[in-house]
Amino acid sequence: MDTFALTIAAILMAGAPLVLATLGETLTEKAGIVNLSLDGSILLAAMAAFACSAIFDSPWLGMLAGAAVGAAIAGVLGVIGIYLGQSQLAVGFILTLLSRDLAYFLGHNFSRQPGPDLGLWTIPGMGDVPFVGLIFGARSPVVYMSLMAIVFCWWWMFRTEGGMRLRAVGESPRAAFGRGIRVRLVRLYYCLAGGALVGLAGGAYSLAVKPGWGRPQGCEGAGWIALAIVIFGGWHPVRTALGAFFFAALQVSGIHLQEIFPSIPAPVFQVAPFPMMILTLLAVNMGRMGWIQDIIRRHPFLKSLSKGWSIEAPAALGQDFNPKKGL
Amino acid sequence: MNRESLLTQTGWLILALLLALALTVIVALPTGAPPFETIYVLFQGSLSSWSKVGRVLAGWVPLTLCSAGLLIPFTARLWNIGVEGQVIMGAIFCTAALRPFDDGGSAGVIALALAASAAGGAFWALLAGLLRVFGRVHEIFSGLGLNFVALGVTLWLIFGPWKRPGVASMSGTEPLDISLWLPRLANMSVSWVGLALAVAALALVYILLHRTKWGLKLRAVGENPKAATLFSLGPRRRLLQAFMFCGGLAGLAGAVQVLGVYHRLLPNISSGYGYTALLVSMMASFRLSLVPFICLFFAILNVGSIQLPLQLGLDSSLSGVIQGIMVLSLFIVQGLRLWLKQRKEAD
Repeated sequence: MDTFALTIAAILMAGAPLVLATLGETLTEKAGIVNLSLDGSILLAAMAAFACSAIFDSPWLGMLAGAAVGAAIAGVLGVIGIYLGQSQLAVGFILTLLSRDLAYFLGHNFSRQPGPDLGLWTIPGMGDVPFVGLIFGARSPVVYMSLMAIVFCWWWMFRTEGGMRLRAVGESPRAAFGRGIRVRLVRLYYCLAGGALVGLAGGAYSLAVKPGWGRPQGCEGAGWIALAIVIFGGWHPVRTALGAFFFAALQVSGIHLQEIFPSIPAPVFQVAPFPMMILTLLAVNMGRMGWIQDIIRRHPFLKSLSKGWSIEAPAALGQDFNPKKGL
Repeated sequence: MNRESLLTQTGWLILALLLALALTVIVALPTGAPPFETIYVLFQGSLSSWSKVGRVLAGWVPLTLCSAGLLIPFTARLWNIGVEGQVIMGAIFCTAALRPFDDGGSAGVIALALAASAAGGAFWALLAGLLRVFGRVHEIFSGLGLNFVALGVTLWLIFGPWKRPGVASMSGTEPLDISLWLPRLANMSVSWVGLALAVAALALVYILLHRTKWGLKLRAVGENPKAATLFSLGPRRRLLQAFMFCGGLAGLAGAVQVLGVYHRLLPNISSGYGYTALLVSMMASFRLSLVPFICLFFAILNVGSIQLPLQLGLDSSLSGVIQGIMVLSLFIVQGLRLWLKQRKEAD
């Protein structure tokens, strides 16, 4: 029982940065903007967070720096994509490569240096509760942060007026514009907010999950996984978070698999999430095809299962909106 | 746009380059790098001797092969982000073809290895294409995932079945017999075979896209997939062929890395040329005539940046930073032009 609790705790920890990044990207994509720069953003934010916390000896200042860097990159993408009308995918991809190289370039002097990390938080009294105490008693602050972020994002998206505006500009920008919402500005705001969350994910890597900075840091590729999880989770904050924990569970089980198959070299397990990413996307997209839909409709069990998992992208995802071009 | 004078276009280009320079200096400020000295080291490290020029050309070859190839799928509006993995797969197939010949071979064996590498790259591209065309997985995800998978296969081979006797390490497999190395051009570290392949690839892509019916139909598929289906242009088959052409050229780039540069299979065999090639093709706005020149400039930056850690204590990834900022600046300037034009029309 204790091993089970500890495994869950390990999954929560490994999943924390993934959850933060996927929630950030979900917010951005719900507003109709694709931020493809996730992988580089996470890395540059991780570097900035570690450097900042090492210089000022304050990991929380580091987290702030990470969020600022993430928001800044998203801001560049937002301005070029929304106001200057360039391809979001192209600019996002350029920013990925650019931020990655920038992270290695600027982080050169911090490589393999000691620095503070976020440490653990203890919830008083929780440690004595059996089972739950092992999971939540004393964990890294990023774990609590990611769990609160899930609840907050869900509440914001589906229970507030701001969230309604967010969904409106992503689903039907013209209608939103007609209702007096400043579509481009709202999109830019959510681009910045989502970028800040992605930046926090970077900080979570270099200050908690894989503390330290180096080349490689260990979080390379996580951004691409997060992008795929957003599709897998159907742009719903709770479901994307579940997807993130699913991939974290795969990572954790990879460590155990390595013990079972010692003949397979360790680096191979690091790329294991990527075929999984392709297969998941394949499964998600195949599920939307006509002949598979027919099979699902014929089986009552599959039908009830698919009801809770309908996956539709925001209707105006990746599309420009120019109010001057008329309604 | 085409009606604008050459002078205006050059003016905007110079503006983009100045913007790139300014942005590079700004982002490099935190490291305290002296800007002019850094630029001097970059060019001195890549052009000051014939052997360095040879290294630049050795970098130009794979970059040109990949960038020229990328134009084919892009004609059909497809992004072959998997080009990096296709380079790696080409290198793997090339090494595999040469495994039986560990005590040397003739030119025929090298030709066999080149053919194998092209097949390997095309095979890996076909996977991404099938996922895109039949599985509806966006080519960005399928390509990227396959890049990491190709890297995993390389690592598995180097640490597993193909490990050097006794030691398995990141330094790669057993070196090839010297008779299997590509012949060098004079004393430079570039082979004439590689140069010939790159030039041939440029010519091939030009003919394919601009002088054949196949290219014209591919363009039609990209412009309007629905109409292409109605006119029975076979969009699916054509898209897969486009992917495979690009993958074949990328595979050749992998073979040139194995046969001409490293003479073995390494984890880092692709040197990131696939990703850089994507930047090149965006910088060239997918115009073939610009590709060789931008590749040359990017190769100069790559080779020059190797000197940075030794002479100035800076990280060599500065070359990637400059390349990224250049492409980004170009997009910013393009966007500004569009914005100004729209404002003019609104008045």
